[in-house]
Amino acid sequence: MAKARLDGVLTAVKKVRGGVKVAHHKNTAELEVVRIPTPSTVVIPMQQHIGAPCTPTVKVGDTVAVGQLIGDSDKFVSAPIHASVSGTVKAVGDVKLPNGVMSKAVTIESDGEMRLWEGVQPPVVNTREEFLAAVRASGLVGLGGAGFPTHVKLNVPPDKHIDTLVVNAAECEPFITVDYRECMENSWDILSGVYTIKEFLDIKNVVIAVEDNKPEAFHVLKRIADNEHDPDDEVRLMVLESKYPQGAEKMMVQSATGRRVPPGKLPADVGCIVMNVASVAFIARYLKTGKPLVSRSLTVDGSAIAEPKNVRVPVGTNIGDIIDFCGGFKAEPAKILTGGPMMGLAIVGTDLPVLKQNNAILAFAKDDAVIKPEHDCIRCGRCVAACPMSLMPTRIADAAKMRDVETLQRVGVTVCMECGSCAFACPAGKPLVQHMRLAKAILREEASK
Amino acid sequence: MVNGKKLYVSASPHLRSTVTTRRIMLDVILALMPALIASAVLFGPRTLLVTAVSVATAILSEYAARKIMKRSATIGDLSAIVTGLLVAFNLPATIPLWIAAVGSFFAIVVVKQFFGGIGQNFANPAIVARIVLLLSFGAQMTNWVEPFTWKTTPVTGATPLALLGTDESLPSLLQLFLGEHGGCLGETCAAALLLGGLYLLLRRVISPIIPCSFIGTVALLMLLKGHGDLHFVAYELLSGGLLLGAIFMATDYSTSPLNSKARLIFGIGCGLLTCVMRLFASMAEGVSFAILIMNLLVPFLERLTAPKPFGTPKKEKKEKKEAAKA
Repeated sequence: MAKARLDGVLTAVKKVRGGVKVAHHKNTAELEVVRIPTPSTVVIPMQQHIGAPCTPTVKVGDTVAVGQLIGDSDKFVSAPIHASVSGTVKAVGDVKLPNGVMSKAVTIESDGEMRLWEGVQPPVVNTREEFLAAVRASGLVGLGGAGFPTHVKLNVPPDKHIDTLVVNAAECEPFITVDYRECMENSWDILSGVYTIKEFLDIKNVVIAVEDNKPEAFHVLKRIADNEHDPDDEVRLMVLESKYPQGAEKMMVQSATGRRVPPGKLPADVGCIVMNVASVAFIARYLKTGKPLVSRSLTVDGSAIAEPKNVRVPVGTNIGDIIDFCGGFKAEPAKILTGGPMMGLAIVGTDLPVLKQNNAILAFAKDDAVIKPEHDCIRCGRCVAACPMSLMPTRIADAAKMRDVETLQRVGVTVCMECGSCAFACPAGKPLVQHMRLAKAILREEASK
Repeated sequence: MVNGKKLYVSASPHLRSTVTTRRIMLDVILALMPALIASAVLFGPRTLLVTAVSVATAILSEYAARKIMKRSATIGDLSAIVTGLLVAFNLPATIPLWIAAVGSFFAIVVVKQFFGGIGQNFANPAIVARIVLLLSFGAQMTNWVEPFTWKTTPVTGATPLALLGTDESLPSLLQLFLGEHGGCLGETCAAALLLGGLYLLLRRVISPIIPCSFIGTVALLMLLKGHGDLHFVAYELLSGGLLLGAIFMATDYSTSPLNSKARLIFGIGCGLLTCVMRLFASMAEGVSFAILIMNLLVPFLERLTAPKPFGTPKKEKKEKKEAAKA
């Protein structure tokens, strides 16, 4: 981006170590989000977030409308689930989630009307407590992919003073463009969300972060940051070099403030909250309309998809239906992912529901699905150079293979966020993320002994 | 399952860089080509024959060793060719061909495959081969020829490093830079070696840390020794196996550290030991031994300088250090 356009814009206080240059593949960037026709059936799992699963509050035969509560939990770390279509509850039973875990789910047969539940009313929010209650009631989870309940993230204990909100529009995963579309299409919601959260949580500074490969989004976000609501210039835009994993939470905190989140700690421990840009916009929409999180935007792309699109789908829509809406497959799919190609999950079939935190469905033909064969490690050190967390992945992989618990406890594998930079960079094709997960599992097993 | 066909399911990431072991080794081979061509021009076509024998032996021994040990075939990664080339580069042009073959065999089988193959050997195969041959066949290993005579029988005895400090006439700096002096077939032409090194840096095959710290340390110490005599410094840098060692041998992945800090110490250590041997030991040349000794220290360097996981508080670092001492 030209230097002149960077006036008044922040750059990273401290640059992110390591990382990798990944081809962006933002093919769908200029495609407006289109709404999928109402699906005939949706399967809404009770576990769409990190934390305790919800218990269904409806039974077979009940009539439900869009936005009606169908699952809730009395646990703090959880997020309520709402009906995403209007119709009749057909089943309440177990389904398999994309990650292979079994979960209770409510199946709703749609009446095609998408009738809004009469209980959907804008919440009355005047205090911090009312605001947090409203965020919980909205069922919002981090829309960037992690699925952490937002009300938990925002409910910071009083002893931790938050001085910076980082709004994450980096979208460093290849292919995915829904956050970019959010910036282009719902900029008013982002603006409103930013100032609402800032006000209710009494956060002094806001940093909106975007990568330099999205100049259009930059202009939109710049206008939000330079708004008249912000006479003291407390809301600033930060442009980051396009590099993976620039958008990771700890990386965001470091870029925006120079602070480093210690191992096992959260951004709140260093005075920061990081939120995905779509989550911020959703909060603004919820406060305005009271309509909970019942639909979300997805990028559907990849070499096997006939017509790549950005689509808005009710939560629980069958992935197969979404792919059909995008023209089906133009080549035989060999690998299908939910999420981006760096951290996304390979799924075993398309008969699975879309969850709140899914941000993409990518289907690849055989040539793009087969990863390079694995050879012996040549100790080139590319994984060490690529690790944004300053780990030595090949050493950890060796220790994990030998179940060397003593070494594993020393090398700090628990800070690994499984971003995949090491495995991407590895010339020997080592599945290093798999080894990192194995290492963590060994440590967990050891700790529970 | 989609349409009855199974899907690939694997751990993330689902994208991989295009860099492969084979491409890296191919880059190293290409980077060694200028020096090989220079050797043929300087010392005659016999250098190509020596190189061919050395490379062929390396490939055959790797293939045979893997086969006998019932392990997967690895000659496709091209690393055996790199080893073969480097062994040849460390031999004089007059070397009997069977000695070249012995060197390659030793490098591949004893140093590399006995320890588990690529990435597992703790010492640089070509360096160990050079040292073993030097100790076993001292006379044949020091039969240097005058450049451009293209003689296959030895005619003269000394390399510039051996001549340094005697009254005999020395080649000029330009002659040194272009490789017009006695020495092993791949080490004399500084211009060709630097060209290869530049290529490796641009292709990001090697990091500049080791070559720079290695050569820089030698330069600095020689500057002190020569009381600021730049001509002397340039002489030391351009002669012997320093450039070949610093650019192509000390940067060998298997036997150099993984992390930057350890690489810096490794390079400085190589430079320091080279100077100590050149100045105080009875040998004219110390690069091979310097690299070999530093090779052995790699695991310790890595352990001492291992990067701290992201966000580890500074205080904790100190405490850990104290705990490690106690």
